[in-house]
Amino acid sequence: MIDDLLHEWRHRLASIWRKPRLDLPLLGALLLLMGVGLATLYSASDLDRGLVVSQALRFALGLLLMMMIARVPPLTLRNWTPWLYAASVVLLVIVVIHGEGRGANRWLDLRIVRFQPSELLKLTMPMMIAWYLNGRPLPPGWGTLGAAGALIAVPAVLIAKQPDLGTALLITASGAFGIFLSGLAWWRIGALLAAFAGMVPVAWHFLHEYQRNRVLTLLDPEADPLGNGWHIIQSKIAVGSGGVWGKGWHHGTQSRLEFLPEHTTDFIFSVFAEEWGLVGVLLLLALYVFIIARCLWIAAEAKDTYARLLAGAISMSLFVYVMVNGGMITGMLPVVGVPLPLVSYGGTSAVSLLAGFGVLMSIHAHRKVLAVQ
Amino acid sequence: MRMRSSRVREGRYKPLKEARHEEALFRRRALAGFLIIVVCLVALGARFSFLQIARHEEFSARSDANRVLTRPLAPARGLIYDRNGVLLAENVAAFRLEITPEQVHDLAATIERLGEVVPISEDDVDRFNALRKGKRSYEGTPIRLKLSEEEIAKFSVNRWAFPGVDVVPYLTRSYPLGEEFAHTVGYVGRIDADDLAKLDKGEYAGTTHVGKTGIERYYEERLHGEVGYEKIEVNADHRPIGEPLFRVAPKPGENLYLSIDARLQEAAEAAFEGRAGAAVAIDPRNGEVLAMVSVPSFDPNLFVNGIASVDYAALIEADDKPLLNRLLRGNYVPGSTMKPFVGLGGLELGLRRPEDTVLSTGEFFIPGQSRAYRDDVRGGQGRVDLVQAIAKSVNTYFYSLALDMGIDRFSGFMTRFGFGQPTGIDLMGEGSGVLPSREWKRGRFNQPWYPGETVIAGIGQGYWVVTPLQLANAVSTLAARGVPHAPHLLRAVQRGVDAKIEPLPPPPPRENVIERPANWAAVQQGMLEVVRSGTARGIDAGFPYPIAGKTGTAERYSRTGTEWTSISASPIERHQVLFEAFTPADDARVAVIVALEAGRSGAHDAAPIARKILDAWLPGDQQRQAELGAGGSEGAASR
Repeated sequence: MIDDLLHEWRHRLASIWRKPRLDLPLLGALLLLMGVGLATLYSASDLDRGLVVSQALRFALGLLLMMMIARVPPLTLRNWTPWLYAASVVLLVIVVIHGEGRGANRWLDLRIVRFQPSELLKLTMPMMIAWYLNGRPLPPGWGTLGAAGALIAVPAVLIAKQPDLGTALLITASGAFGIFLSGLAWWRIGALLAAFAGMVPVAWHFLHEYQRNRVLTLLDPEADPLGNGWHIIQSKIAVGSGGVWGKGWHHGTQSRLEFLPEHTTDFIFSVFAEEWGLVGVLLLLALYVFIIARCLWIAAEAKDTYARLLAGAISMSLFVYVMVNGGMITGMLPVVGVPLPLVSYGGTSAVSLLAGFGVLMSIHAHRKVLAVQ
Repeated sequence: MRMRSSRVREGRYKPLKEARHEEALFRRRALAGFLIIVVCLVALGARFSFLQIARHEEFSARSDANRVLTRPLAPARGLIYDRNGVLLAENVAAFRLEITPEQVHDLAATIERLGEVVPISEDDVDRFNALRKGKRSYEGTPIRLKLSEEEIAKFSVNRWAFPGVDVVPYLTRSYPLGEEFAHTVGYVGRIDADDLAKLDKGEYAGTTHVGKTGIERYYEERLHGEVGYEKIEVNADHRPIGEPLFRVAPKPGENLYLSIDARLQEAAEAAFEGRAGAAVAIDPRNGEVLAMVSVPSFDPNLFVNGIASVDYAALIEADDKPLLNRLLRGNYVPGSTMKPFVGLGGLELGLRRPEDTVLSTGEFFIPGQSRAYRDDVRGGQGRVDLVQAIAKSVNTYFYSLALDMGIDRFSGFMTRFGFGQPTGIDLMGEGSGVLPSREWKRGRFNQPWYPGETVIAGIGQGYWVVTPLQLANAVSTLAARGVPHAPHLLRAVQRGVDAKIEPLPPPPPRENVIERPANWAAVQQGMLEVVRSGTARGIDAGFPYPIAGKTGTAERYSRTGTEWTSISASPIERHQVLFEAFTPADDARVAVIVALEAGRSGAHDAAPIARKILDAWLPGDQQRQAELGAGGSEGAASR
């Protein structure tokens, strides 16, 4: 009896192992990226093993989650989508009500775990857009576009109010990529961009004081060398002093002398650029390009619109992380709290990113099953 | 033609065609998206190239110039004095040995070689490794504190062999009176992980020690001061070069003046002659604690820089528990010291008049029950009124009174004197003792209350437990004719070296707990008789003021007390013995309690200690009276 059970379970485990349903090139690239991340973190934290181990444990948790999600068929995901989206928006509303009057309040305390509901939307937002567009005639017209826009705007505004501009930007982008990939006519895209450009002065009006300062600082960092400009100047010094070949691992003086703020989280890319130079930066960017390309390939292989749009939107949002973070540390874009994917220290971001890759793995693994439908 | 065929297509094959169409559309869009991404990332790469190639030299130069470090400057901790300015806690200069890990090739080998020059214990190494984790590798981490002059000389000779190891001066806390104040002033210790979680990281950036117990802990915020900063240029090895470029001086902590009189404290400790127990002396007029001792004690200086495990084990394993703060957490069965309070309760609740008498036959029975509750004297003490009952400590009087009160009124009245609750003194970790009550027993044992338990509660036995501080607080309230002043220690502060000493107003008194002054007078009469003719007669011989007191001799074991475990004590010392007193009896300026863990009787063992404390109190009192008198006459003259 027990033997039978044991045998059955051993068989099941073995089947997970033998058929992990993972895309090996993508998995390899991700593992390489995580390795680079841990090595950079070890140096940036000035050889703090505890920090590296805790990050590695989060990676392990994220990889486990990825393997679990990879086994969920996209059809199941599709059926759950409206509920998952609704649940994450409700949690977001709870946080907004709960945290009213205080500063940046993003956390929901579930006693066992604390997490940011906005992190959930990084996944449920592209899912919802894909689900919605899947049921509409494509390419989308103005009506469809308006409804999709509302689905994006509600959570985005709630998150921006927390205030967490970085995350609001990321989830807006992931939704927008879904619409873009569904084939929205170019002239409509052009019209939308023109409209947004026209709204910039209005948006300026609604920004928080500190957010405006960040933009102003970007235009002239040297004007404020001790306040907002400090981060940008120090980061540019770190990057620039790295040169072509870099100062070598654990030889970056900027972070070790604590001139660089947040050098294990938002500004870890500066540490990397200082220590590995332009060569390292270009190789790292190439690795990201490979991962994005592979993800888009998986998306193109998918056999239904939901899976395609979801996979495509997730892949393209990865680019936003890299672009916004890289732009920030080189002084091209304002200081917005966006991590460098799988390199910056921080648990929630690593886990939600790997969960997203889990969805891609699932779509990859089930591409043949879907073809039957 | 074209139009028609397209209509046909849409009409018949719409779903299939759309799926294919959508797939193609997606592929085109994915490709377009990918191209946009590549263009953007190339732009990003170009930006990196611009910074890292075109502007490399400029930023390289700025990075080299970027070697100005901001270093925190720890504030000097405030000093602690007694009421007369006797120093109780100070900062003394000392030297420590620091290792800068970055400049040492093989840390373990270096430490081992270092151990041959200067003694380094395993504790030191463990602590060094623990501290190192929180620091950057170019920061020095102490491995040995409090180097002796000989050790400094020995190391200096061998200095060349130890690159990255330095002798560094620092300030360390010292308690010149040692054991006497260990349970009051407490001590500081190294900041540990628990402290780190609670403390403000910026404020404590340069601080290594934090108050762990006693006044040091309670007034940590006042004592710590404010952190300062300096900006200093460093070389490639992060070593400071030259003078600081910029400096914000730290603000030292406040100096504290306690209400304790160190001479009285010393005399009180000496009066115990090493016997385990505690004593408190309070000024009933304002709640100022004049002395509080817990015997045996320990040397707080041992804890400041981390106590050696051998020393710690010795303290932990000692039978008489020197680390236990008996004042705050000692559990004593109060016994007969409760009788004045119970008697007062009978009068206040209208159950007895002072002249009402009770016949003591040696045994007391609850009507209808056969269990006998005994008097101390076989055959009883005859007919006694309240004054005689207190003076001779006649149990029967209080058995019958407690039974008439009932447990609810009994515990309700006792609450007025602060029993069963912390006194609110400015020290952490105060215990609550046990005030017997129906609710307490329900909460503790989930059992109903029995009348027999009320009877023994009437003589301070049964579930009763008090801490010495609680008893002192109650006696002080009684001495002040019922006006409760929360006991407290901090009397004045000095903000800055040259600043004036600012007296702090005492906590405001609470409402009088005695309704009729005549009732107080009757109880006071009983307590005066204790000393004149009763259980503690003769204890006032030669003392200038009338003393009101009461003895207490309690069974050492109790249902809740687990304090006493020794069996080896001699048979005559098988009781917990107590004495409470206040003087001058009509207008008390001091209330004293003494609690001993082992003794023959309150009168025999505790009262003489109390008398010695009162004798030591006299000179200080006379001095204070003279100062007050001088102030008073000046006032009169100006009028």
